[in-house]
Amino acid sequence: MTEDKLKSMLYKMIKIRYAESKVAELFLAGEIPGFLHSYVGQEAVAVGACEALRGNDYITSTHRGHGHLIAKGGRMDGMFAELFGKKTGYCKGKGGSMHIADVSIGILGANGIVGAGLPIANGAALTSKMKNTGQVTLCFFGDGAANQGTFHESLNLASVWKLPVVFICENNLYAMSTPCCEHMNISNICERAKAYGIPGSTIDGNNVAEVYEEVSKAVERARSGDGPALIECKCFRKFGHFVGDPGDYRSKEQVEEWEKRDCIIGLKENLIKSKIFNEKEILHIENEVKREIDEAVNFAKESSYPSPADAMEDVYSDWNWGEEYR
Amino acid sequence: MRVITYREAIKEALIEELRSDPDVYLLGEDIGKKFGGTNKVTLGLWEEFGDERIRCTPISESAIIGAAVGSAMTGMRPVAELMFIDFLGVCLDQIMNQAAKLRYMTGGQVSMPLVIRTPGGAGRSSAAQHAQSLEAIFCHIPGLIVIQPATPYDAKGLLKEAVRNNNPVIFIEHKMLYNTKGEVPEGEYTIPIGKADIKREGKDITVIATSRMVNFSLEAARQLENEGISVEIIDPRTLVPLDEKTIIESVKKTGKVLIVHESVERCGIAAEIGQIINENAFDYLDMPVRRLGAKNTPVPFAPILENFVIPDAKKIYERIKSML
Repeated sequence: MTEDKLKSMLYKMIKIRYAESKVAELFLAGEIPGFLHSYVGQEAVAVGACEALRGNDYITSTHRGHGHLIAKGGRMDGMFAELFGKKTGYCKGKGGSMHIADVSIGILGANGIVGAGLPIANGAALTSKMKNTGQVTLCFFGDGAANQGTFHESLNLASVWKLPVVFICENNLYAMSTPCCEHMNISNICERAKAYGIPGSTIDGNNVAEVYEEVSKAVERARSGDGPALIECKCFRKFGHFVGDPGDYRSKEQVEEWEKRDCIIGLKENLIKSKIFNEKEILHIENEVKREIDEAVNFAKESSYPSPADAMEDVYSDWNWGEEYR
Repeated sequence: MRVITYREAIKEALIEELRSDPDVYLLGEDIGKKFGGTNKVTLGLWEEFGDERIRCTPISESAIIGAAVGSAMTGMRPVAELMFIDFLGVCLDQIMNQAAKLRYMTGGQVSMPLVIRTPGGAGRSSAAQHAQSLEAIFCHIPGLIVIQPATPYDAKGLLKEAVRNNNPVIFIEHKMLYNTKGEVPEGEYTIPIGKADIKREGKDITVIATSRMVNFSLEAARQLENEGISVEIIDPRTLVPLDEKTIIESVKKTGKVLIVHESVERCGIAAEIGQIINENAFDYLDMPVRRLGAKNTPVPFAPILENFVIPDAKKIYERIKSML
């Protein structure tokens, strides 16, 4: 853990926070269609975890995927253009928020089906293992997904085949509106690792350094051929499940309690205290980030929409059959 | 020409593709060492290719298909086996929402070169949860290629082509066809996806049949020949994309159509093909397109009940007679 690493992680966390805030603002103003799931509050998990990766490692993400995309190095312009449904978006306007991917840098995609990323992450890890590339796959999912059959099937298969995958559970204490104590009978999801014969740990998901250290250990272990691990990061999303959800199934006290532990405020305070950064430098980063995001939003707004007939492309790979009778 | 079984033809296709492309691998339940799959299709493959490329899995259909999806997206060419097509329900999300859609949703960033081989079909009292024909469900999901071969020759040629195609292919076999025999040339050949086959030429009526119904239709046609009725049998082979041209040409020639499939009649592929004929050859029809499928019931267990529900050569013969 170097100073540079801490600074870099702060920058990325701020970027996610500002991007997500901007996204929510645009959405509530009616400029972005569909629905959105904000990552605000959980930045330390995506950033700390992705910091432990090499450029060509893979990640699979969730419906709450913008944070992972940004943490792994995804482009703001591609992301915003996609959210606006523009031709220049990452997915040419065909995927939207829950399906954004940048496969060129190993981001295999957000996913709209809870728990669907785990079997897919295993697949990517299997490729790395069969081709002996040394790549590792990080699989993000939430506490809700930990009850899906796919969670159990995937941890088991990854364990049996010793796949180079690290399962990262972002336990933000609520599966949509249902609190943990109502959807499972155990306190820590990491306990389930034992059932599949893999190491499991629970850490403070608001401490980016802790996330980085723990994930790094698991990533190196996976890379060296010793198989998967489960890391549960206890965290909290600042807002409701989706943008527009008032989230009043959570008490004001609980929300305020977690606010005090905000991951970005915490890191800023630590960096200032240890004199790694001063307030002026942090302000500079924030302005840089704002500028970057404003540029991306302008790019998105000025980009063209796809033409309607583009909807017919990319259903299949390199192969179209003749529409002779239609 | 040498004669081999449907099972052997499929095995040969797998062996040839495994040998020629190191990215091809198989995964599925019990497909490996000494067991070689519930229908013995992969018997002997583990002995040649080992654990790495013949991957025996836990009973976890979602994990199996998902592993195929993730590895196909990242450079491998998996051939997954879904032990019975009836188990589709256990892993439908990974097929329907992931394999079929990831290329589209990512704006073309990924290819999905995977094959899911799965046997369906009734005929030996395997009962409702092990005897279905579910091709129509797959046909209804954009992004998939759906192939349903009826003969050893078609099975081998199409499976090889399916493995080489960069799209997700559902390759539907039939449990009662594994022991059937047919001519299969030595040496390399493939069959194009999306091309129907005229299994029998005729002029009085067009029968469009799939999978095991092709053999039953041929049996009925031989009997009808003796009565002076000339039956043309079209085997689509690939359901999506469908070779509409061959079908329409035949309809224009005969003016009468019977579509036969083993799956339940309601919303079966006959409904789709019938409508395509309606739209493209209405003026050539002497009578409405007719169809024959299984009765709209789950497949029953007792042979006498199963035989009542599932179409066979006799029922096809009678239906054709009633149309002429």
